[in-house]
Amino acid sequence: MPAYEIEIILNRQLADCLSIPVFITDIAGNLIFYNEPAEQMLAKRFEETGEMPVEEWSTIFKPLDEDGRPLAPEELPLVRTLSDEHPHHKNFQIESLKGEKLNISVTSYPIISRAGKFLGGVAIFWKRRMQ
Amino acid sequence: MKIKLWGVRGSIATTGPDTEFYGGNTSCATVAYGDYVLVLDGGTGIRQLTGSFYPAAKRIDVLLTHLHLDHIQGLGFFSPLFDVTKEIHIWGPASSSQSLFSRLSRYLSPPLFPVLLRDLPCKLHLHEIGNSQFEAGPFKILSNYIIHPGPTVGYRIIDKNAVFTFIPDHEPALGEKGIIKEKKWVSGYDLAEGADILLHDSQYTEEEYTHRKGWGHSTINDACLFGSLAEVKKILLAHHDPSHSDTFLDDMFSSFKKSAGDIPPAVLAKEGLEIDL
Repeated sequence: MPAYEIEIILNRQLADCLSIPVFITDIAGNLIFYNEPAEQMLAKRFEETGEMPVEEWSTIFKPLDEDGRPLAPEELPLVRTLSDEHPHHKNFQIESLKGEKLNISVTSYPIISRAGKFLGGVAIFWKRRMQ
Repeated sequence: MKIKLWGVRGSIATTGPDTEFYGGNTSCATVAYGDYVLVLDGGTGIRQLTGSFYPAAKRIDVLLTHLHLDHIQGLGFFSPLFDVTKEIHIWGPASSSQSLFSRLSRYLSPPLFPVLLRDLPCKLHLHEIGNSQFEAGPFKILSNYIIHPGPTVGYRIIDKNAVFTFIPDHEPALGEKGIIKEKKWVSGYDLAEGADILLHDSQYTEEEYTHRKGWGHSTINDACLFGSLAEVKKILLAHHDPSHSDTFLDDMFSSFKKSAGDIPPAVLAKEGLEIDL
């Protein structure tokens, strides 16, 4: 398999240095990298799982709106970024497979290469303190 | 293919008795096949392509890895550019904002240089490339963007007998944990995979690199780790730091070899070195 473009590699190298959870996907939404803080959220290690197909990693969290109602996938920032190649941001809750709820903000942005090619998306998760 | 190195110094030309053995000219190499000559980079070493080394073929292709001064400074002294009988094709990395013509013209124009790029007497053709495949003379060429500040590519040059990979400026170890040891996560991997010869940046000592992360260059260790991951057959360590004398380079390389594990054969690149593949 050919190597990733450097814009993807540099995003991974940056994510590796950060203390906030970062998820990197290809254009189809397959999870191609997540950093150590993201490993804590997923309760999985990248070294062990490697890349994860979209069908697998999208079921690890159940997204809920601020009132606890299920959120449609197309309302999620990263899904929107992968669809329209623009950055997005949203506050919502996630519920893990163990039923634990977490209030988060998610910022997503597209990786668009120097040549203008859309290569994938990045989602940064921020834990929110509730008032 | 016949490879010849005309300049292996990094950053700035460095002349004097201390750098006489490895040479002080900045980045330039040629890859020849019969009369045809492919020129890699236009550092100060390119000035030597004159007299008996003047390329005979009507068409000459010049492949620039990037436009930092140590890779283009010799262009203004490359005789074929002033020869009306020559057809010169300059290939260089595309930027997202400015044309190759515009960027090259910043150097080849007053006050930095007396002759304008557009006034050069040769038949000049500019080609913007990125992650590209193209042909030049008898060679098939792959170019890919690599990690180095500003638009920068490396080249994989292929003929029917051999593969030569040219990546004089490269920092594949940029990041908290250095080079990621998974092939598809390594900048430049596709260029170097299985190459007969890899010419690669090895500018810094380990200690120097700790202060110069992000400047776009590698240590000998990282150059050899990169070559090892790509399973190249031989590594030419290049882009010598201008502050490194011949003696310093010899000591640095000896010290590295004592601690190096299982790596492909590596030598320090030397101006004037010729290799037949």
